[in-house]
Amino acid sequence: MLLGRVVGTVVPCVVTPGLEGCPMLLVQPLDKTGKPKGRTLVAADATRMAGPGELVTYEGGREAAMALEPWFVPVDQAIVGIVDSLHLPGGTR
Amino acid sequence: MILGRVIGEVTSTINHPFYDATKQLVVENTDAAGKATGEYVVAVDVVGAGVGELVLVLDEGNGARQVFGSNDAPVRSVVVGIVDAVSLSI
Repeated sequence: MLLGRVVGTVVPCVVTPGLEGCPMLLVQPLDKTGKPKGRTLVAADATRMAGPGELVTYEGGREAAMALEPWFVPVDQAIVGIVDSLHLPGGTR
Repeated sequence: MILGRVIGEVTSTINHPFYDATKQLVVENTDAAGKATGEYVVAVDVVGAGVGELVLVLDEGNGARQVFGSNDAPVRSVVVGIVDAVSLSI
Protein backbone atom coordinates (compact mmCIF):
# COMPACT_ATOMS: atom_id res chain seq x y z
CA MET A 1 0.00 0.00 0.00
CA LEU A 2 0.97 3.60 -0.47
CA LEU A 3 -0.41 6.85 0.86
CA GLY A 4 -2.36 9.31 -1.25
CA ARG A 5 -4.59 12.35 -0.98
CA VAL A 6 -7.89 12.38 -2.86
CA VAL A 7 -7.88 15.51 -4.98
CA GLY A 8 -10.92 15.00 -7.17
CA THR A 9 -13.52 12.72 -8.65
CA VAL A 10 -13.78 11.17 -12.08
CA VAL A 11 -17.14 10.28 -13.60
CA PRO A 12 -16.85 7.85 -16.51
CA CYS A 13 -19.92 7.48 -18.74
CA VAL A 14 -19.07 4.08 -20.19
CA VAL A 15 -17.18 1.47 -18.19
CA THR A 16 -16.23 -2.13 -18.62
CA PRO A 17 -18.72 -4.64 -17.12
CA GLY A 18 -18.14 -4.99 -13.38
CA LEU A 19 -17.08 -1.38 -12.88
CA GLU A 20 -20.58 0.13 -13.14
CA GLY A 21 -21.22 2.38 -10.16
CA CYS A 22 -17.71 2.07 -8.83
CA PRO A 23 -16.47 5.48 -7.62
CA MET A 24 -13.35 6.70 -9.42
CA LEU A 25 -11.22 9.23 -7.60
CA LEU A 26 -8.21 11.29 -8.56
CA VAL A 27 -5.42 10.54 -6.12
CA GLN A 28 -2.20 12.46 -5.57
CA PRO A 29 0.47 9.99 -4.36
CA LEU A 30 2.39 11.13 -1.28
CA ASP A 31 5.95 10.49 -0.18
CA LYS A 32 6.93 9.12 3.23
CA THR A 33 6.70 12.56 4.82
CA GLY A 34 3.19 13.14 3.50
CA LYS A 35 4.23 15.57 0.77
CA PRO A 36 2.85 15.20 -2.80
CA LYS A 37 5.08 13.15 -5.06
CA GLY A 38 4.60 12.26 -8.71
CA ARG A 39 1.61 12.51 -11.01
CA THR A 40 -1.99 12.09 -9.96
CA LEU A 41 -3.65 8.80 -10.78
CA VAL A 42 -7.19 7.53 -11.04
CA ALA A 43 -8.10 4.91 -8.44
CA ALA A 44 -11.27 2.89 -7.99
CA ASP A 45 -12.64 3.37 -4.48
CA ALA A 46 -13.06 -0.02 -2.81
CA THR A 47 -14.23 1.62 0.44
CA ARG A 48 -16.91 3.54 -1.53
CA MET A 49 -16.67 6.23 1.12
CA ALA A 50 -13.60 8.29 0.31
CA GLY A 51 -13.95 11.86 -0.89
CA PRO A 52 -11.85 14.85 -1.93
CA GLY A 53 -9.38 16.03 0.71
CA GLU A 54 -9.09 12.69 2.45
CA LEU A 55 -5.87 10.84 3.18
CA VAL A 56 -6.15 7.28 1.89
CA THR A 57 -4.15 4.12 1.40
CA TYR A 58 -4.25 2.56 -2.03
CA GLU A 59 -3.05 -0.67 -3.52
CA GLY A 60 -1.83 -1.17 -7.05
CA GLY A 61 -1.69 -3.97 -9.57
CA ARG A 62 -3.34 -7.35 -9.10
CA GLU A 63 -4.24 -6.52 -5.49
CA ALA A 64 -6.29 -3.53 -6.66
CA ALA A 65 -8.47 -5.82 -8.76
CA MET A 66 -8.90 -8.10 -5.76
CA ALA A 67 -10.08 -5.27 -3.50
CA LEU A 68 -13.21 -4.58 -5.51
CA GLU A 69 -16.64 -6.15 -5.61
CA PRO A 70 -17.27 -7.88 -8.02
CA TRP A 71 -13.93 -9.52 -7.72
CA PHE A 72 -11.18 -9.16 -10.29
CA VAL A 73 -12.34 -6.26 -12.40
CA PRO A 74 -9.90 -4.47 -14.69
CA VAL A 75 -8.41 -1.69 -12.54
CA ASP A 76 -4.81 -0.91 -11.71
CA GLN A 77 -5.18 1.16 -8.53
CA ALA A 78 -7.77 0.85 -5.78
CA ILE A 79 -8.32 2.77 -2.55
CA VAL A 80 -8.45 0.22 0.29
CA GLY A 81 -8.58 2.46 3.36
CA ILE A 82 -9.31 5.95 4.63
CA VAL A 83 -6.60 7.06 7.05
CA ASP A 84 -7.77 8.31 10.45
CA SER A 85 -4.32 9.21 11.67
CA LEU A 86 -0.79 8.90 10.44
CA HIS A 87 2.04 8.99 12.96
CA LEU A 88 5.34 9.99 11.40
CA PRO A 89 8.55 11.38 12.93
CA GLY A 90 7.44 14.96 12.16
CA GLY A 91 4.23 14.49 14.15
CA THR A 92 0.71 13.27 13.56
CA ARG A 93 -1.03 14.11 10.28
CA MET B 1 11.84 -9.22 0.46
CA ILE B 2 13.05 -5.76 1.23
CA LEU B 3 14.88 -4.31 4.19
CA GLY B 4 13.26 -1.29 5.78
CA ARG B 5 12.92 0.81 8.87
CA VAL B 6 9.55 1.45 10.50
CA ILE B 7 8.97 5.21 10.59
CA GLY B 8 5.30 5.48 11.36
CA GLU B 9 1.92 3.95 11.91
CA VAL B 10 -1.35 4.26 9.99
CA THR B 11 -4.72 3.90 11.65
CA SER B 12 -7.88 3.55 9.63
CA THR B 13 -11.49 2.72 10.48
CA ILE B 14 -13.09 2.70 7.07
CA ASN B 15 -11.21 0.23 4.97
CA HIS B 16 -11.55 -2.94 2.97
CA PRO B 17 -12.80 -5.67 5.37
CA PHE B 18 -9.49 -7.49 5.08
CA TYR B 19 -7.72 -4.58 6.79
CA ASP B 20 -10.06 -4.56 9.80
CA ALA B 21 -8.02 -5.07 12.97
CA THR B 22 -4.68 -5.08 11.18
CA LYS B 23 -1.72 -3.00 12.24
CA GLN B 24 -0.34 -0.96 9.37
CA LEU B 25 3.17 0.43 9.47
CA VAL B 26 4.91 2.99 7.29
CA VAL B 27 8.25 1.41 6.36
CA GLU B 28 10.95 3.34 4.54
CA ASN B 29 13.14 1.18 2.35
CA THR B 30 16.79 1.08 3.31
CA ASP B 31 19.90 -0.17 1.60
CA ALA B 32 22.01 -2.93 3.14
CA ALA B 33 23.87 -0.36 5.26
CA GLY B 34 20.60 0.85 6.76
CA LYS B 35 20.46 4.14 4.83
CA ALA B 36 17.04 5.28 3.62
CA THR B 37 16.52 5.08 -0.15
CA GLY B 38 13.58 7.49 -0.26
CA GLU B 39 10.99 4.86 -1.17
CA TYR B 40 8.44 3.66 1.34
CA VAL B 41 5.59 1.23 1.68
CA VAL B 42 2.62 0.85 4.02
CA ALA B 43 2.74 -2.77 5.20
CA VAL B 44 0.57 -4.96 7.41
CA ASP B 45 2.45 -6.07 10.51
CA VAL B 46 2.26 -9.71 11.63
CA VAL B 47 5.29 -9.81 13.92
CA GLY B 48 4.70 -6.94 16.33
CA ALA B 49 7.26 -4.48 15.00
CA GLY B 50 7.40 -0.89 16.19
CA VAL B 51 8.67 2.51 15.13
CA GLY B 52 12.44 2.64 14.72
CA GLU B 53 12.95 -1.06 14.12
CA LEU B 54 14.72 -2.54 11.11
CA VAL B 55 12.32 -5.01 9.51
CA LEU B 56 11.91 -7.43 6.64
CA VAL B 57 9.02 -6.58 4.34
CA LEU B 58 7.53 -9.12 1.98
CA ASP B 59 6.40 -7.05 -1.02
CA GLU B 60 4.76 -9.64 -3.25
CA GLY B 61 1.07 -10.43 -3.48
CA ASN B 62 0.95 -14.22 -3.60
CA GLY B 63 3.39 -14.62 -0.74
CA ALA B 64 1.51 -12.02 1.29
CA ARG B 65 -1.82 -13.80 0.80
CA GLN B 66 -0.16 -17.04 1.86
CA VAL B 67 0.84 -15.37 5.14
CA PHE B 68 -2.83 -14.65 5.82
CA GLY B 69 -4.05 -18.01 4.52
CA SER B 70 -6.29 -16.28 2.02
CA ASN B 71 -6.59 -16.36 -1.74
CA ASP B 72 -8.58 -13.18 -2.18
CA ALA B 73 -7.05 -10.66 0.23
CA PRO B 74 -6.05 -7.41 -1.50
CA VAL B 75 -2.68 -7.29 0.24
CA ARG B 76 0.84 -7.09 -1.10
CA SER B 77 3.13 -5.75 1.62
CA VAL B 78 3.61 -7.53 4.93
CA VAL B 79 6.17 -6.99 7.70
CA VAL B 80 7.33 -10.57 8.23
CA GLY B 81 10.46 -10.15 10.35
CA ILE B 82 12.36 -7.95 12.75
CA VAL B 83 16.05 -7.73 11.90
CA ASP B 84 18.65 -8.17 14.64
CA ALA B 85 21.72 -7.65 12.52
CA VAL B 86 22.85 -7.29 8.94
CA SER B 87 26.43 -8.20 8.16
CA LEU B 88 28.04 -7.38 4.87
CA SER B 89 31.02 -9.47 3.84
CA ILE B 90 32.15 -7.14 1.06
